[in-house]
Amino acid sequence: MTTDSTDFHFTDYQPYDFANRRHIGPSPTEMAEMLNVVGYKSLDALIDATVPASIRQTAPLSWGPALTEREALDKLRDTANRNKALVSLIGQGYYGTITPPVIQRNILENPAWYTAYTPYQPEISQGRLEALLNFQTMICDLTGLDVANASLLDEATAAAEAMALCQRQAKSKATAFFVDAACHPQTIALIETRAAPLGWTVVIGDPMTDLDPVDVFGAIFQYPGTNGHVRDFSGLISRLHQTGAVAAVAADPLALTLLKSPGEMGADIAIGSSQRFGVPVGYGGPHAAYMAVKDAHKRAMPGRLVGVSVDSRGNRAYRLSLQTREQHIRREKATSNICTAQVLLAVMASMYGVFHGPDGLKAIAQQVHRKAVLMAKGLEKLGYVIEPDTFFDTITVEVGHMQGLILRAAVAEGVNLRKVGETRIGMSLDERTRPVTLEAVWRAFGGNFKVSDFEPTWRLPTALLRKSDYMTHPIFHMNRAESEMTRYIRRLSDRDLALDRAMIPLGSCTMKLNATAEMLPITWPEFSDIHPFVPADQALGYKEMIDDLSQKLCQITGYDAFSMQPNSGAQGEYAGLLTIRNYHLAKGDTHRDVCLIPTSAHGTNPASAQMVGMKVVVVKVRDNGDIDLDDFRAKAEQYAANLSACMITYPSTHGVFEETVREICEITHKHGGQVYLDGANMNAMVGLSRPGDIGSDVSHLNLHKTFCIPHGGGGPGMGPIGVKSHLAPHLPGHPATDGREGAVSAAPFGSPSILPISWSYCLMMGGEGLTQATKVAILNANYIAARLKGSYDVLYKSEAGRVAHECIIDTRPLNVSAGVSVDDVAKRLIDCGFHAPTMSWPVAGTLMIEPTESETKAEIDRFCDAMLAIREEARAIEDGRMDRSNNPLKNAPHTVEDLVGEWDRPYSREQACYPPGAFRVDKYWSPVNRVDNVYGDRNLVCTCPPLEAYAEAAE
Amino acid sequence: MLKFTAEHEWLKLEDGVATVGITSHAADQLGDLVFVELPEVGAELTKDGNAATVESVKAASDVYCPLDGEVTEVNQAIVDDPSIVNSDPQGKGWFFKLKLKNTADADALMDEAAYQDLIA
Repeated sequence: MTTDSTDFHFTDYQPYDFANRRHIGPSPTEMAEMLNVVGYKSLDALIDATVPASIRQTAPLSWGPALTEREALDKLRDTANRNKALVSLIGQGYYGTITPPVIQRNILENPAWYTAYTPYQPEISQGRLEALLNFQTMICDLTGLDVANASLLDEATAAAEAMALCQRQAKSKATAFFVDAACHPQTIALIETRAAPLGWTVVIGDPMTDLDPVDVFGAIFQYPGTNGHVRDFSGLISRLHQTGAVAAVAADPLALTLLKSPGEMGADIAIGSSQRFGVPVGYGGPHAAYMAVKDAHKRAMPGRLVGVSVDSRGNRAYRLSLQTREQHIRREKATSNICTAQVLLAVMASMYGVFHGPDGLKAIAQQVHRKAVLMAKGLEKLGYVIEPDTFFDTITVEVGHMQGLILRAAVAEGVNLRKVGETRIGMSLDERTRPVTLEAVWRAFGGNFKVSDFEPTWRLPTALLRKSDYMTHPIFHMNRAESEMTRYIRRLSDRDLALDRAMIPLGSCTMKLNATAEMLPITWPEFSDIHPFVPADQALGYKEMIDDLSQKLCQITGYDAFSMQPNSGAQGEYAGLLTIRNYHLAKGDTHRDVCLIPTSAHGTNPASAQMVGMKVVVVKVRDNGDIDLDDFRAKAEQYAANLSACMITYPSTHGVFEETVREICEITHKHGGQVYLDGANMNAMVGLSRPGDIGSDVSHLNLHKTFCIPHGGGGPGMGPIGVKSHLAPHLPGHPATDGREGAVSAAPFGSPSILPISWSYCLMMGGEGLTQATKVAILNANYIAARLKGSYDVLYKSEAGRVAHECIIDTRPLNVSAGVSVDDVAKRLIDCGFHAPTMSWPVAGTLMIEPTESETKAEIDRFCDAMLAIREEARAIEDGRMDRSNNPLKNAPHTVEDLVGEWDRPYSREQACYPPGAFRVDKYWSPVNRVDNVYGDRNLVCTCPPLEAYAEAAE
Repeated sequence: MLKFTAEHEWLKLEDGVATVGITSHAADQLGDLVFVELPEVGAELTKDGNAATVESVKAASDVYCPLDGEVTEVNQAIVDDPSIVNSDPQGKGWFFKLKLKNTADADALMDEAAYQDLIA
């Protein structure tokens, strides 16, 4: 039997086309409908009208055909296999740890946690805010200090932040900072990097002999020291206080379960890494660093701080406190440039604390210590001298000329030890160390022992044994059955609205799809269990990935070299400006220190410029949102002699492709300056336009925006910087790789364990897919602008009437006509099941909407329907049909508490809870009513409230 | 005698001592204050130098010293309860008292009518 050709034909549908079927939201049919609404015949016609011809790139992006998900995973698997996951006892701030599987699957691998945004909208962030409050409580208890933040980027940058905090708070007018020589080498390197541009001298030495408190504004000590020494700094700290200096201690939180806390020694500040609380080493990151301070320093502390407040019903509610310290408000006067931190990792560490409780943590710490003692006993039996006499987890062995031989023998046994100087070997024992590992190390040293040959005793310093309680709060004493743990994690994530439930249309934040295939490899042991300081031949897979990703990013941006070291966007800005600074210095231009920044810039820009010692000169913005070219030219001329750089964002923070960008670059160069182009809006450029071609010299890319690393509820991020060739020699160095100065992160490649996400994104999209994604991102934004037209004004458009990949909606007229504020609109969107767009930035009283290419037409329509309904609710107020103060907008978000209480409102329950956009069955219910921000900042509480408070809230 | 500055501070002058605060207009613009930091008693301040800091939930502002002088008294009540600045900015919400270096300096500042014109 033969089949007639009309009965059967092969479809051209490509089920494995990742770019067009999975990553990009709108289908081809939907795109046609959307283009019709926007008023263009084709996507390319829209793009031609939107992106100025003068900045378009000529050659298309290309690196061969796009891979399917399966092909990409195979390639990632091959690459991972080129890494060798040996047991690493290298220590130096990175330790083996066991991620409890319940945490790995339900947090690290759970989109409800990893796709959430920074908790600026507190009502829809109560779950992760509670987890972060647990983190802060745990850190306060362990360190013995009053207030802890959540969180910082890594231990080394936290140490540098501590130095800056010491300088801000010290009464001493000294200009030097003392650094304990027992600090980890990467910590010392970073402190030196940060101190130089600010004109501070760094004194490195043995605190017991080399520290004269009169000479310094502050000091930092490592506890335990990098080679294992556990010392009491109480006397030194009290001497520092006598001269008006401030004292910081870098402490291992696991050690603090057994040892006297920094607070009990009198320290003002404690910093450290929470990595060994269940977060894999990941070749250097990401992990959450912590900082805790005495109450007197809380307002000068950097980083985000979760606090307890109340909602409009008086019920307990969490929020981010004291935001006025931060760069988005204080700009160049901020306490730091830190923005994206390490929320997901802080959540993991806090859950590790909840999972184990103080008893479990203490038991783990004691086991680690016992293993270290056993290790020492075996080595002593072989005749080696162990340093120090008392220790927690780290010992150092003098081996003379045998160093290389023993290190190689250990590697042959499958164990990495630490090379200390030329004649010593160090090792740090950890939660994962097994008896066979001890025996393998002994063999490498020439001993053939069994663990059972030795009696475990303890060698902690008696005078420093911890006597105080910690983690006494009930949250750390719940029943630890996995069923309870699973449900606690689930309950918290259910309180939050993340990308797994709804679009998060945040302007400038690019909340696009974080595809599962991109996420899978990050927990493979070949990526997650590699210590950052392993020999290069154990990380060949990482090298291959980093090299290839760098090459692709060069092609995308038009730059010549990339540094993967910066582990956040703000860190990238800092690194980029530092590169510019070093370039000028190398040419002998020591006087160039002026940085031109438009008023419309991200707050991180001026904050970063301040940190490299640059003077910020603000450039005006025209009414249409563009940089005022005349003012720019005038300022560039005025400061020509000292011009170091300008910082611009492209497309502008107002979401427009400015025609004048090339001219701005030319003016800057003409006056001897370098151009820093902030890559935050790169999602509007990939494949269409390249910063390097426009005239920029350096940019950071937010891999957690444009290149699919999830936001994790406020981190991790990656902010690699690309530079033109003339700046390449001045990129950040690192003591563990090239030995050059200028380290900006603790690890040489920042947070490399999340790079598989960006790399597989590039591989699965291909150059063509990436370009298409950019075009659709622009289409989606213009579609929203078109649908909302008539109800809201779009503030900034190009001369052709187009927006780029985001648009600013003006809600200020509603305030005048109906008393409806931008907050009211944002909170009402929660009732509709949405996270609000970016609020009041870059223009107060407005909303900035960025849908990204990943949102489908249906989801965008749901959002537009919600926005249009909100406009109608405001109109009812304008017309006098609805009360000005008692209406669905003012009372939003509505909760179940509202429903079950007395209903005396002039609108129905139906209208309250099911506005257009809200799902009937799958309705998202805000867990709290509107959070009282003022109460929270006036009555600051940044640790878990006592049990009585829980009882009150339940009543 | 009541005087005003373009930076929205008010001064009440009595016997060479100025009581200084922020205007109602400034308090409204800032919104609910959550934090006030005052200078130390005895501090010698110069005209247009930083004298105090005020913070709302969303904004932080410096309060400048309107004239040269020495701080003789500060209002601890507004540190303990910043809402006083919002409820009574030109009365109980005063910030500090300044013994003027040169009383005649105050003549150059705006009077109430001129200030009202400025913010109109």
